Amino acid sequence: MIPAAFDYHSPQSLDEALSLLQRHAGDAKILAGGQSLIPAMRFRLAMPSVLIDINRLDGLRYIEERGDHLAIGAMTLENALEDSPVVRSSYPLLRDTAVVIADPLVRNMATVGGNIAHADPANDHPATMLAYGATVVVKGPKGERSIAIDDFFTGLFENAMAEDEILTEIRIPKPAASSGGAYTKFERKVGDYAISAAAVQLRLDGSKVAEARIGLTNVSAVPMRAKAAEAELVGKSISDAVVEAAGKAAASECDPSPDLRGGVDYKRDITRVMVKRSIEQAVARAKGGK
Amino acid sequence: MSEHEVTLTVNGESVTRSVEARTLLIHFIREDLSLTGTHIGCDTTSCGACTVLVCGKPVKSCTMFAVQANGAEIETIENLAAGGALHPLQEGFWEKHGLQCGYCTPGMIMSAKGFLAENPNPTEDEIRQGISGNLCRCTGYNKIVEAIQYAAEKLQDAAAGGE
Repeated sequence: MIPAAFDYHSPQSLDEALSLLQRHAGDAKILAGGQSLIPAMRFRLAMPSVLIDINRLDGLRYIEERGDHLAIGAMTLENALEDSPVVRSSYPLLRDTAVVIADPLVRNMATVGGNIAHADPANDHPATMLAYGATVVVKGPKGERSIAIDDFFTGLFENAMAEDEILTEIRIPKPAASSGGAYTKFERKVGDYAISAAAVQLRLDGSKVAEARIGLTNVSAVPMRAKAAEAELVGKSISDAVVEAAGKAAASECDPSPDLRGGVDYKRDITRVMVKRSIEQAVARAKGGK
Repeated sequence: MSEHEVTLTVNGESVTRSVEARTLLIHFIREDLSLTGTHIGCDTTSCGACTVLVCGKPVKSCTMFAVQANGAEIETIENLAAGGALHPLQEGFWEKHGLQCGYCTPGMIMSAKGFLAENPNPTEDEIRQGISGNLCRCTGYNKIVEAIQYAAEKLQDAAAGGE
């Protein structure tokens, strides 16, 4: 399967990439890791006439804590998240997610920014970034702006960026004390998309849940937060009944499509279980566990 | 349609070619360079039969354009027995019967070479994770894991000054 022909550009700076994108707005696609885009081009689901390859922009590859947040350059490879000491020590939800994205070969090419910008509800980072309440930083001809993750995903494969903007950075708020998070994914085999997966980030105040955000993977047309499930947790002391209620709420508010991975009822029930497992793990971590 | 001149190192030799932008690295390797040891399996970024090392990292060469490899160092399965002697990984697959039909083997070996360079003494679980992007429909994987364990031990012995 051969992609349709296209013009290829390999800018050496972000400004050069932005000016190319402006010149070809509407016709161009940004090539990041290419692990979703190139297969889509091979199937001719995507036929951009211009590709702007930003893999030479090494300045967009970094993971660093800055004040109140973790800044991740858009071109950071997934395998760099796996290897990052700060991710391992302080962002367990992100670490859980990084190690189950596709497979190790794909993670050697795939980027964090690409995973998010693609706005595929089957991708894993959207749910995780929704749970973290992350901020997406984009740059365009008019300069830089920040988009709250809750406003970022606008449709299936659609996001809030303008055609002449490039995603440059993702900012994850530094978790407060007594916080914990976890990502649990149910997949047929390594490398497949999730049947369902749940990202949970919460903060405890004594025995009660002070804050909770939950993102779901591949059970809706647009990456979604499970707000009804969150509401079942906040202000409550964690018990089996509370966790079950949150799982059931997520199962009922998600909107999966039937496919080879299963029917609707099955996917709802798997969602219930994924949400419960992630909550339990997040609570254990908030209490100091691994 | 755009043509681009690329210069890259393949198995230690510098090559310069003109390629169409849409040429995938796997097609460049097999058709332009006639290195047919690297296989095309699924054509959909799933199976890993096309795995090569790009600057030391194992990647799926069906999911990268040749033009992106400009300036890169590529290593394919053909490089492993350079000089005629089998590489310890090839020897491991031979000794431990790590293949049946052999179609996935070049990809398996290149994946293993990539992760053994980072983790020379992997646990069985780490080996299984390391090859989890490579599908084998014959062996059930156990013999492949044994082959990689064999190679890891042999490579470590050599690194420790054995042999």
